Amino acid sequence: MTTKNQKKIEAGITQEGRFYSAERLHAMHDMMLFIRRFEEKAGQMYGLKKIGGFCHLCNGQEAVCVGMEEASEPTDYMMTSYRDHGHILARGSDATAVMAELLGRAGGIVGGKGGSMHMFDVTKNFAGGNGIVGEQVPIGIGFAFASQYRNDKRVSITIMGDGGVNQGAVYESFNMASLWKLPVVFVIENNQYAMGTSLSRASAETHLYKRGISFKVPGIQVDGMDVLEVERKMAEAIEHARSGQGPIIVEMMTYRYRGHSMSDPATYRTRDEVDEWRTGRDPIARLQLQMVNAGLATEEDFKQKDKDIKKEVVAVVKAAEAQPEPDLSVMWDDVLTDDIPNAYPYPRQVG
Amino acid sequence: MAKITYREALNQAMCLEMERDESVFLMGEEVAQYNGAYKVSQGMLDKFGPTRVIDTPITELGFAGLGVGAAMAGLRPIIEFMTWNFAILAADQIVNAAAKMKYMTGGQYSCPMVFRGAGGAAARVSSQHSQAFENWYANIPGLKVVMPSNPADAKGLLAAAIRDNDTVIFIENEINYGDIGEVPEGEYIIPLGKAEIKRAGKDITLIAHSRMTGYALMAAEELAKMGIDAEVVDPRTIRPLDEATILASVAKTNRAVVIEEGWRFAGIGAEISARIMEKAFDDLDAPVARVTGKDVPMPYAANLERYALPSVAEIVEAARVTCNRA
Repeated sequence: MTTKNQKKIEAGITQEGRFYSAERLHAMHDMMLFIRRFEEKAGQMYGLKKIGGFCHLCNGQEAVCVGMEEASEPTDYMMTSYRDHGHILARGSDATAVMAELLGRAGGIVGGKGGSMHMFDVTKNFAGGNGIVGEQVPIGIGFAFASQYRNDKRVSITIMGDGGVNQGAVYESFNMASLWKLPVVFVIENNQYAMGTSLSRASAETHLYKRGISFKVPGIQVDGMDVLEVERKMAEAIEHARSGQGPIIVEMMTYRYRGHSMSDPATYRTRDEVDEWRTGRDPIARLQLQMVNAGLATEEDFKQKDKDIKKEVVAVVKAAEAQPEPDLSVMWDDVLTDDIPNAYPYPRQVG
Repeated sequence: MAKITYREALNQAMCLEMERDESVFLMGEEVAQYNGAYKVSQGMLDKFGPTRVIDTPITELGFAGLGVGAAMAGLRPIIEFMTWNFAILAADQIVNAAAKMKYMTGGQYSCPMVFRGAGGAAARVSSQHSQAFENWYANIPGLKVVMPSNPADAKGLLAAAIRDNDTVIFIENEINYGDIGEVPEGEYIIPLGKAEIKRAGKDITLIAHSRMTGYALMAAEELAKMGIDAEVVDPRTIRPLDEATILASVAKTNRAVVIEEGWRFAGIGAEISARIMEKAFDDLDAPVARVTGKDVPMPYAANLERYALPSVAEIVEAARVTCNRA
């Protein structure tokens, strides 16, 4: 009846009553694919011994990174463990700086002082990149405490894995966060394995979203291989925290295609199991199919995108590799903020 | 100047800093409604309310980490440990997070915060509640370690620690909480990293911190009766260490004894005596002596506990031997 005056219906996908525009879907897809290709390249660079130390890749878990970022505000705080490349890229940090950090270069995101496990970007409110399992969880409620103290409505998105969730610090944090109704979303990336130990071998209660019951922290389980579901459920969880109802646990069911770190051949899993997730539930292929079915893109479009993104990643590596190593003089920077002159240890001196 | 206790001096420093800076808050076990296990935070809940003086569950690792996160987000937490023995549970957050955050983030985040509480030997509480840990923390780049020996220093150093933009390990002494001394009124700051000569002398330097400073002063009185004029130097800040004041004193006296409550192995005395050897070898007329806690867990029985701790007599004896007065 009123067709004449109706606005043209915007192209997109509606899932569970939530509308995603074509533009937004493309952005989400592109970021997931970028993370995938970035991580693959990081794996290659590690193989070439250009990246040292530990290097934990997140191939397979891209929907968690991107869906969470989509649901949060840039002013919300986010911190995670050492599997951090995907999260900081999704937050929008400079990919060249992230790659430069992996390569130990001067323009690394923390100046070459942290490496793979310690990616931080204060301008994106991304607080690590924390290397001790579970360490970031009390820190995460500290950010939430600061938010409540200043009443600035920022939510702390505190991410841990299915291994981290067995640390005592996590339960101390659940308790205080609930007691004081701190605005925090505890995200558990359940990729089924804590290094080589499967969930059922390490956890008496394998439904990790129930781990807050004793602390009156509600929990939900999410298909972490579906970026739209991640976005939708995270948006609800963040709203829960922001509105003053206290913490909530979001268990993301996901899978890492690679080993725990680059030094792990992952012999504790069967080929069939990996294939089942990789080909059956891959988050990128899934979104591509949804978008093709909705007429928002063609398979050809995605092939072209993949080529472009691979080129982009190559350019990132090239730019990062072109950077010099950090100057030796920076070694002394940032140990302290307020150096004390004439006291040992002498700032910037040996002996 | 008013005469107040060491605990009141600490309380004054916290109250003045909290009045001055809204981002400062106090958190710990029993700090609010109970007014502090050692009454250091007496009256602070009434003064500042429950958003700034916060009782925690018994969960040291958790609230230490909460403090780290709050500091990274721009607040200035004072995290009280009922005693430093319990802070071992929080060591991950202190050592792996707070101490390294500035460096590991390329300067993007820092942890301007104070971890404070009672350290050293208490009285008759046995092994797990009577320990000196300053050497643990002083070993770690990124931390400052401060230990006041009297009420005035307690006030001035704590205020400086709260204003400092780094993580400060502030170790009080339970036995000293009731000590009374003259303390300047109002705002009072003692810069970190400055030792103080507590007694001037010319024959030997006694270097002692926290409760042992008082012991060293008593030993100096005994030594005076024997005709030995001892100088007592209190580093006050263990790290960064005011090496210059120590070396200048040794240059004058040519002899030194380092006294600490903690264990001898890799202790503060080991560090200070090594520095004197490295930098003032030619000034020395005798090897640097150390008086330390005995190398055992603290026993309970009164006589064993007395024996486990450094005594004034041991300091006098070490000084006498170092001065060649057999």
